[in-house]
Amino acid sequence: MTSKVATMREAVAELVRDGDTVAIEGFTHLICFAAGHEIIRQRRRDLTLARLTPDVIYDQMIGAGVARKLVFSWLGNPGVGSLHAVRRRIEGSDPAPLEIEEYSHFGMVCRYVAGASNLPFFPIRSYFESDIPNVNPNIKPMRSPYEDGTEVYVVPPLRPDVTVVHAQRATATGDTQVWGLLGCQKEAAFAAERVIVVCEEVVEEAVVRRDPNRTVIPGVVVDAVVEQPFACHPSYAQGYYDRDNAFYLEWERISKDPEALEGWLKEWVYGLENHAEYVERMGDRWDELKPGERSSGEVNYGDYS
Amino acid sequence: MSEHGFTKNELMIAASARTLAGERNCFVGVGLPNIVCNLAQRTVAPELQLVYEAGVFGARPARLPLSIGDPTLVSGSTAVTSMFELFAFYLQAGLIDAAFLGGAQIDRFGNLNTTVIGDYGAPKVRLPGSGGACEIAIHARRILVIMRQATRSFVERLDFRTSPGHSGDPARDRARGWFGSGPTSVVTDLATFGFDEETGEMTLLTLHPGVSIDDVRANMGWDPRLSEPVGETPPPSEEELRLIRSELDPEGVYTS
Repeated sequence: MTSKVATMREAVAELVRDGDTVAIEGFTHLICFAAGHEIIRQRRRDLTLARLTPDVIYDQMIGAGVARKLVFSWLGNPGVGSLHAVRRRIEGSDPAPLEIEEYSHFGMVCRYVAGASNLPFFPIRSYFESDIPNVNPNIKPMRSPYEDGTEVYVVPPLRPDVTVVHAQRATATGDTQVWGLLGCQKEAAFAAERVIVVCEEVVEEAVVRRDPNRTVIPGVVVDAVVEQPFACHPSYAQGYYDRDNAFYLEWERISKDPEALEGWLKEWVYGLENHAEYVERMGDRWDELKPGERSSGEVNYGDYS
Repeated sequence: MSEHGFTKNELMIAASARTLAGERNCFVGVGLPNIVCNLAQRTVAPELQLVYEAGVFGARPARLPLSIGDPTLVSGSTAVTSMFELFAFYLQAGLIDAAFLGGAQIDRFGNLNTTVIGDYGAPKVRLPGSGGACEIAIHARRILVIMRQATRSFVERLDFRTSPGHSGDPARDRARGWFGSGPTSVVTDLATFGFDEETGEMTLLTLHPGVSIDDVRANMGWDPRLSEPVGETPPPSEEELRLIRSELDPEGVYTS
């Protein structure tokens, strides 16, 4: 198979287009900030951004003006506070309105499941007696066609034009292995038209074949593989670097002030050629974020030759 | 530190932890609920499994988790699942006994608003939204609430109902066929409340030391139903304080 290895600049230039629906998934863990920064740098516009938790990455992207719409289920700076750039646009159309479409976490997850499974909708037992369906007509009540006639709500499939996932390791052809929190990256990748896998390390095929249970996304659905260490900062990669909580706290101050936000984007996104420069600029911070060792044991898959 | 030898948060943590006595599978949030669950596991609920919506069952956090997806929740846990599995097989299928929720607004029947203050289309304050709260409220067998009390948060009428509580008609609520029985306990910085079995209405159970019924009334938007009699919240024990201060939050991030 031919290699899909690309630089972040090439992958974004080729696969992310103005007006696309883009999902950079990862629940707290493995959020690919570097991909978001490259989308900002390449000045994409009119994107619909989908994510369960928009997190600081979408606050940065929406603050930079790449999006016209946000699809989500929990809008905050986890453990810290608000996403102020997003809030300015929702509360005051400042500097421009932002269309929103919101679900619950399970609703969003099941939208990806429906998208990944080629289903027209997915039934869940959520939203009863909640106002959420009143403000989102895409969440519809339905009665089971079977005898018990159980009432459920259904959510529509979500099929992103592009899904970006980050992983600890992948092969050059895109077989992707993840450990730690899995979020809904698998579902979001299978649901997407195009998939960019970013990883800490590109590894030989033999590494993946030694431990196939750990493969979350097969290369067959992957369009580009970008090797980009530390691409998740201030999010984290289990076993590689810790979540940088100090940055999440700092973002509260930056995000509150449009000028500080603009200054931050100039210094850390527009002013840098690529993520390697970001990594270098962070200096000694990486030593502080390095976790200790805690290896899993090995399992015996058996040799059947 | 108050004149009582403990902080309001320490009292809230200890009072909440006691409501988990004997529980098995508990959905945990970050902040105070995380400390509450870890305290309960070390005191009144040794079998307690900590479940996180990020996809962790049976967490054994080695440090204070600062987010709902902290890596310390993964290392040493019983199981890491996809979010689909966690919400579908664990929560929706009825395995979760108790869960913590909070909100910007709560009403007398324990309905919660975490979505918006003001009009949805032109909000005064845009809040985070549901996250998993809407489905947790429906499926977790009971809901425990920890919130600071104020007239703007304990309201007669919610601006938006994100997560359903009781309707005011318990017979109707039982007929819904949900695993969830709605909120059973509310612990504030002033008092503890339960919910009346006949009306589903929030009912003042105990006052924290030094707090009067008038203090409670002055900090909520309706005149609360009172239990007979209204008791005093037992203070945290020495052992509870030792666990909170030396093991669970030694830097006082959430408790000082």
